[in-house]
Amino acid sequence: MATLGDLERAVMDVLWSSDDALSANDLRDRLHASDRDGARDVAVTTVLTVLSRLEGKNFVSRDRSMRPHLYRSVTSRAEHTAGLMHEVLGTAPDREAALARFIGSVSPAEAETLRELLGASSRNAASSNRQ
Amino acid sequence: MFFTSAVLACLAVLLAWPVPLLLSRAQWPSRAPGTALVLWQAIALAGGLSMIGAFVTYGLIPFGPNLLGALAEVTRHLFDGTLPSSADLGHIFALCIAVLFAGHLLLNLALTIARTERQRSRHLSLINLLSAPMPDRPGTRVLDHPAPVAYCLPGMSRSVTVLSEGLVSLLDAEQLRAVIAHERTHLRQQHHIVLVAFKSWHSALPWFPIANRAENAVGLLVEMLADDQARRVVDDNTLATAIALVASEGTDRPDGSTLEHLHSRDTSSGVVGRRVERLLSPHPPLSASARISVLVVSFALLLVPTLLLVVI
Repeated sequence: MATLGDLERAVMDVLWSSDDALSANDLRDRLHASDRDGARDVAVTTVLTVLSRLEGKNFVSRDRSMRPHLYRSVTSRAEHTAGLMHEVLGTAPDREAALARFIGSVSPAEAETLRELLGASSRNAASSNRQ
Repeated sequence: MFFTSAVLACLAVLLAWPVPLLLSRAQWPSRAPGTALVLWQAIALAGGLSMIGAFVTYGLIPFGPNLLGALAEVTRHLFDGTLPSSADLGHIFALCIAVLFAGHLLLNLALTIARTERQRSRHLSLINLLSAPMPDRPGTRVLDHPAPVAYCLPGMSRSVTVLSEGLVSLLDAEQLRAVIAHERTHLRQQHHIVLVAFKSWHSALPWFPIANRAENAVGLLVEMLADDQARRVVDDNTLATAIALVASEGTDRPDGSTLEHLHSRDTSSGVVGRRVERLLSPHPPLSASARISVLVVSFALLLVPTLLLVVI
């Protein structure tokens, strides 16, 4: 059973890969065709629920001028990922990263030292293997 | 009261400047990061308490001989709109400073927490759309991006560890295990709570260099704590290699596109080097007696201003 989160992701993937705005019925058909877990037999009412949630989070915009309503993604996948990475790397201008990274900022000199260290340690490993 | 106020003021000055400066330069914290983290928190709390306490006790001198009695007296005077005859501008000024300073610190803490939570939940909803769950690793997701990054996202209900495709392809299975164990430790030990407290302290006092130092020191200590847990899963060399690989790969990008900032903004410079050095040439952990002494000192630091305020 797919969770709501999985369905949201599946719907966004379809919208991101589509050039045109899609209706809920189009979306359901593409989800069925996509063969993803839990998306194969999803009902159109579920798709509409997911879409309104995504609209609430401002990931999806709805064109109400036509019947049926047409949906498209507000921002492309690549732009979202880039924004996320800016946040992660602390380069986003308006926000401090609210998360702890495995490796924080590294100065070029420090990176160079680490590369030398890596070279030395792999040589050491090789020589101790020979002994 | 004047004596209490003077003692608290001395304590506040000591804890605001020489003590944290010495601690940030000391070598032993890397041998007992958890203990050092307790000491940092004790210094920050006791420092803030002494500072506010010094102003409060000085300001309350005209109102009575002990804290509770004097506070009751202040409330009465506030309602009546009068002042005791012995109260001068200095006392009133000290009371205002105490209230403003305490309010400033608490408000900043609340704002920092609220802002951080909002960013995290927005980030989490984006991550859930953009990343795929890692098979066989619950709570771990993989983000499709070439830069090697790993981080954790503490959440109210569900915490997530995020790895990028770049990181997964850079590291071998053992090194990846080390990274995941490291990030899990941040989440399990709730490091974000300590970090947010020190971040808010720094943002409340941006002109105060010690706050910056403290934030960096605490940031390094939680990394060391997480490294220590990762060392239980893999050997020291594997973890050190993973750190060095991610760190050097992160800056070695000819196009420099997303990672340009790493060259310009090395505020926490030295963190990675110190972590790696600690793994490659480990010093023995601090002795139990030394660790207990530090904990006793931490406890005493909190106890002294509290007792001074309450008892006298």
